[in-house]
Amino acid sequence: MASESKGLWKIIGASSLGTLIEWYDFYIFGSLATVISTKFFPSDNPTAAFLATLATFAAGFVVRPFGALFFGRLGDLIGRKYTFMVTLLLMGGATFLIGCVPSYESIGFMAPVLVLLLRLLQGLALGGEYGGAATYVAEHAPANKRGYWTSWIQTTATVGLFVSLLVIMLTRMALSKEDFNEWGWRVPFWVSIIMVAVSYFIRKKMGESPLFAKVKAEGHLSKNPLKESFGNKANFKYVLLALFGATMGQGVVWYTGQFYAMSFIEKICMVDKMQSDVLIAIALLMGTPFFLVFGALSDKIGRKKIMLAGMLLAVFCYRPIYEKMYQTVSIKNKVEIVSKQNTKLSFVINPKTNLRDSVYTTNYYYQDGAEKTDVKTIFLMYKGKGIVTSKEEIKASIIVNNSDKWTLIWMVFIQVLFVTMVYGPIAAFLVELFPTNIRYTSMSLPYHIGNGVFGGLLPAVAVYLATKANDANSLAESAGQQLPYDKPYLEGLWYPIIVSGVCFIIGMVYINSKHKHIDD
Amino acid sequence: MISMNKLKRLLGIVWILLAIACAYFGITDFGWPKVAHPKGNDDLVFGIIILFVLMPIIVGGLLKFGIYAIQGLYDEE
Repeated sequence: MASESKGLWKIIGASSLGTLIEWYDFYIFGSLATVISTKFFPSDNPTAAFLATLATFAAGFVVRPFGALFFGRLGDLIGRKYTFMVTLLLMGGATFLIGCVPSYESIGFMAPVLVLLLRLLQGLALGGEYGGAATYVAEHAPANKRGYWTSWIQTTATVGLFVSLLVIMLTRMALSKEDFNEWGWRVPFWVSIIMVAVSYFIRKKMGESPLFAKVKAEGHLSKNPLKESFGNKANFKYVLLALFGATMGQGVVWYTGQFYAMSFIEKICMVDKMQSDVLIAIALLMGTPFFLVFGALSDKIGRKKIMLAGMLLAVFCYRPIYEKMYQTVSIKNKVEIVSKQNTKLSFVINPKTNLRDSVYTTNYYYQDGAEKTDVKTIFLMYKGKGIVTSKEEIKASIIVNNSDKWTLIWMVFIQVLFVTMVYGPIAAFLVELFPTNIRYTSMSLPYHIGNGVFGGLLPAVAVYLATKANDANSLAESAGQQLPYDKPYLEGLWYPIIVSGVCFIIGMVYINSKHKHIDD
Repeated sequence: MISMNKLKRLLGIVWILLAIACAYFGITDFGWPKVAHPKGNDDLVFGIIILFVLMPIIVGGLLKFGIYAIQGLYDEE
């Protein structure tokens, strides 16, 4: 019994470590996007900027489902173990090579093209990895603990984000700002190859999934997993059910809790970047163990109840939560200590124009301890023979007091709890929907469409809805009419609310909550 | 009282109507304006993804799901 449990921990460890590294690889590109864009995608070159957009969007939305199909098929044909070793090597290799590509200044257009190709390979590998790891662990786990064991895989996406931020932070601390911007940003990419090598050798020692090995020994392997998964009505109906009744809602709840909350606090509430990073990190840390709690609970009371409860709570709580966050930070609710207000003027040489731009930094202080900083930059440029003021740019940032900081942390934590409710049990749920011989293919596609497409598009759709509301308000204001939107900053939430709501109804009505056996 | 299987079949019509509504608003309000009059690269790529990735999945998938529901494929025996 003890050795069986030890063996399971090895399987969990090997699978989770590899998946964590893949998430790490995927996130460092996003976290270092600003530096990467200056090195490979200069904004003054429209083609390079276009490639940058493709690299951002395509890897997440388009390529991931293709990776799910390609590697899912492979996993059902040759085995889970070999397939998720290939995805690991592919991801690690692509990440390492991104760190080696010479800059745009050195090799011109080849630089953004190479980075785009490597980024697409990353998306492809990520599409193949998750299904393999989840299936591999689920096929080893005892039936009454499948939710708990697979929930370890579910923690990797959050922990991978942490590790990526940590490695980047340590690299920044170890180097000067100039060195980091010059070559130090490549270090987190190079680190990946060491982690991948360790994970590869651990995974190499593991055996094949017992259920897959049994199906193979009995000669029941699928000859064409894609056709049997998506061309066969009896199975395809479950693929659709998995997408519209589970992963679609899970994807948007996941992205809202982990990424939209961050963007809302930084860009809408204008909380200082450092403070918002810290409070998000604390909320994520507090929430991460709940992946395991809800995974284990799903073994006792069923996956469906927990996932759907998470979606329903999200539907009803998102608007009050975001309103609370907005009002907590809003300076309209604070009393300024006018006597402490001060403005400083400084000058910076603009490298593009070689002219001296003026920077006015104004600090405002409030009775509750909050501080607001407005940085107004007046850019100068040449026009003909003269110098003119070209434009003004104002950046505001707010540092809230400790009590408000904790209010924000709790608000994000509640959203992370919803994430853990919908995401913790989902691997076990998906695995249990499909038969062993086409499981990898069948579960990977709805997962990556739900997360990559429905979830991945959330920031863009939410920004679109909020901008539309703001534009409508501006128009009405200029025409002297009543504003059509009372709270335009909350409009972006309609996307996750509607998607989760529809997903809840479909899941509630169509998903059968009876206990499933996966050993066919 | 309406049985669960009947409800599943009836809701099939709702999913088909929802698919049609998504197609209409997704193309006319959301995707096409971004492709026809983009405000930059992000807008254009976003519009293309809406039209050629998100819409086919939502519309095609929901239509198929609705048809399967009406056909009783999700009925419990």
